[in-house]
Amino acid sequence: MWDGIGDFLAMGGHGPWVWGSYGAALVLFLAEVLLLARRRQRVYRMIRRRARAAGMSGPSMNEGGGA
Amino acid sequence: MKRRNKRLGIVVSALAGLGIATALVLNAFQDALVFFITPSEVMAKTEMPERNFRIGGLVEEGSVIRDPQSTEVTFRVTDTAESVTVVFDGILPDLFREGQGVVAEGRIGPDHVFRAYNVMARHDENYMPAEAQEAIERAGHPGDAAGGY
Amino acid sequence: MSARPRIRWFRFSSPPAFHALVDRLVPWLWGGAALLAVAGLYVGFFVAPPDYQQGNSYRIMFLHVPTAWMGMFLYLLMAIYAIIHLAWRVRLADVMARSLAPTGALMTALALWTGSLWGAPTWGTYWVWDARLTSSLILLFLFLGYLALHAAATDREKGGRAASLLAIVGVVNVPIIYFSVKWWNTLHQGMSVTATDAPSMAPSMFAALLLMTLACWLYAAAIGLRRAQVEALERSADAGWVRRVMLGETDAGTGQHDGDPGSAVLERGRH
Repeated sequence: MWDGIGDFLAMGGHGPWVWGSYGAALVLFLAEVLLLARRRQRVYRMIRRRARAAGMSGPSMNEGGGA
Repeated sequence: MKRRNKRLGIVVSALAGLGIATALVLNAFQDALVFFITPSEVMAKTEMPERNFRIGGLVEEGSVIRDPQSTEVTFRVTDTAESVTVVFDGILPDLFREGQGVVAEGRIGPDHVFRAYNVMARHDENYMPAEAQEAIERAGHPGDAAGGY
Repeated sequence: MSARPRIRWFRFSSPPAFHALVDRLVPWLWGGAALLAVAGLYVGFFVAPPDYQQGNSYRIMFLHVPTAWMGMFLYLLMAIYAIIHLAWRVRLADVMARSLAPTGALMTALALWTGSLWGAPTWGTYWVWDARLTSSLILLFLFLGYLALHAAATDREKGGRAASLLAIVGVVNVPIIYFSVKWWNTLHQGMSVTATDAPSMAPSMFAALLLMTLACWLYAAAIGLRRAQVEALERSADAGWVRRVMLGETDAGTGQHDGDPGSAVLERGRH
């Protein structure tokens, strides 16, 4: 269907529009995934830190489990 | 339980009220919400509007005349019932074709000629390979692809 | 918010059950999304032929249409969670709504961006203020406004409620976007794919569109659920259940382990 990689990238003269679209999508999806992964690590670290701090000062957690 | 359902009732009825209000507002501003008007709507007016507006329809088959000396092009926009002559001097979009959708911005003169300062192609909702389009034309339904008006 | 055994469909509004559900589901959702996206891109770029009018620029559609649908769908879902949040004061519903908003905004922004890049060669313009494009831009602003209300409030409860209210009010915009091309003359074309008629495109083009749409669904589900999980953990970082599910503690208050008690859980749960 395509006559080599150059022909594929040219997209029949519509390359900038096509790759501008797919490139933006790739960047935004990757950014969203990475930002969420970082936020997740940050939250996990915070919880561990707080659990450790609470553990030092004795058992003081509520059994009921709030939301 | 009771209070929860009451709150749900309030939310739902507020949403219903909002929906009705929105429908009424949109209905009232109907004219402002259309992006273009059709040749039939233009011709139905007793006096031509003296301001810029957009006219949309299909480029009439066989109506495109390109001026050999300049970039000026003349064509007719049709909605199959009425048609309006459009004069445009500038660069047409790639998808400008006879039988295809078009929207022109400009104003209409007393001679009922629409002088456009901008022409946009309007794509229809059909996507097909070239071979399929040729098959349709062979079968004798050339206009089928340009629906939606 | 503990589990209420009598109302079964509220089972996953119990945070620990929800946490476990997300950990189980998300890897499968990622895998599915990746597979479907690869398949969709393959069909879209190597099987589907060029369009008879547009040539190859129509291939933007495989990104534009799924993201546009996803933006509208995520808004509807967010509004439903907002109703549950306001009517029943289920906090996990607020967590869900808040977690869908960034992805909804991203999908809508992508739909606008790709649509603009498709419009330039096709229509001859990047942007027009027709009903479809304008209402889609409003959708993006609604998502951003929702997030801003959440972020601006100093009191999380109040901010969440104001944001939920905005989400519910803004839901009228979704049918306007969807039906705008039917109700008014727009530069944007009519619907190529509807629930009732056969799609007005070649089968291979439709196959690519379908695969990309499914990939988009699974992506949004994976990221939305994961974000909701993180958000729930963050909001109740000190709750007993959080420490139990995260640190593997069987009993509250036994936080003193040697080394790093959370690392094993972290490794398992990382996507």
